[in-house]
Amino acid sequence: MTSLKEIIETLTLETVSSVSTEGRSVVGGYAADLLSCAMKGAKKDYVWVTLQSHLNVVAVASLLNLAGVIITEGNRPDPETVARAEKEGVVLLVTPKTTFTVVGELTLLGVRGES
Amino acid sequence: MSHVPKFTKIQELIYELPIERVMKKGVIRVSPETSMTELKEVLRVNRISGVPVLDGDQLVGVISIEDLIKALVEGDVGAPVRKRMTTRMITVRENESVVEAVKKFAQHKVGRLLVVNEQGQLTGILTGGDITRGLLEAISLDYHAEEISRYRAKHIFEDIVSDQTSLILRYKVKAKDFKGGGTASSKIKRALDRLGAVPEVIRRVAISVYEAEMNLIIHADQGGELIAETQPEVIRILAIDQGPGIPDVDQAMSPGFSTAPNWIRELGFGAGMGLMNIKKCADSMKLESTVGVGTRLEIVIYLRPESREEQNHDKEKNSGTS
Repeated sequence: MTSLKEIIETLTLETVSSVSTEGRSVVGGYAADLLSCAMKGAKKDYVWVTLQSHLNVVAVASLLNLAGVIITEGNRPDPETVARAEKEGVVLLVTPKTTFTVVGELTLLGVRGES
Repeated sequence: MSHVPKFTKIQELIYELPIERVMKKGVIRVSPETSMTELKEVLRVNRISGVPVLDGDQLVGVISIEDLIKALVEGDVGAPVRKRMTTRMITVRENESVVEAVKKFAQHKVGRLLVVNEQGQLTGILTGGDITRGLLEAISLDYHAEEISRYRAKHIFEDIVSDQTSLILRYKVKAKDFKGGGTASSKIKRALDRLGAVPEVIRRVAISVYEAEMNLIIHADQGGELIAETQPEVIRILAIDQGPGIPDVDQAMSPGFSTAPNWIRELGFGAGMGLMNIKKCADSMKLESTVGVGTRLEIVIYLRPESREEQNHDKEKNSGTS
């Protein structure tokens, strides 16, 4: 199990929602930009890597109790999305890296997807 | 794994709780000119083992029962506190989190920390016991609020007696209201959590309701209604709209098929996976639609694994005899 903190530090991710990342463990990862696919593929305490940065990302993350969402390629959630994430306790992280790069780095940290 | 969330909660609290929430305020203090004999009385009357020394508003040192004993041994009880106090003061800021105090306790091996504000003025005192008590109180407050809601909700079916009791939650879903997407599903998820449903079942309900809710938002001309009827053993979810209706239900059910326009797909919807996801999560689903009239989607999920098996067993029995 990898801690979300370790992921944030190693991948130099920027935290945009002020939600505590303490004590969050990541048990797996999932990457896709289609929300229904994320609904199907991401599980509790997974980290989800996506290009999407709008409000529904928070809804999906909160319904699935995800450990965090990594928004790639410099996309940034708007203030309303950030506010909702804070209300729902969803950790939103942003990075200029591509989804491919992020997934590669996550794999090196030992975060695996469903096989 | 059930112990994990509580452990996490304590960790979170250590980082979130500010020191001022757990420290002792209204600190007993002495002045540098107080004599050691007077100090002995202060410690005895207040049943404490040490006090900060203040010169006016200025924190100048700490004096403890140990210093008093040494003074007694050396026959120096007439001396002013100023002469016997420790000027090495370990302070923490009142707005820092409790974890900073924990670190300082470990680092300096002291029994109490002096709490100061931004201006360096003494505002409180902190012992290990204060931290423990503060954390326990914070946990029990959090715990109680949710626990009471849970308790009330869990017993609703026992408290209210009828031949068949159901709890019906209705949500209006507005057309093209992407920002509101997930509102109804997260409320239903929370309701089930409080009713004491198992996490695996809550997950299946949350996914199905979310997909049904998004379908209403994306496709229904005038939005629609989500109705969740919960009974002790089962939840039945209805998503109803007044059109446009689905021309070919079988096609709509096939994976990857979607009629969502491009701008909606760009948001990440319209994967053509929604109904498939519902089908996978539901114990049974029924989709009926008439073009120009509307669509009615019914999802049934058993809340207890036993009742699901019973149902399947009944089905088998029925099919066996027919």
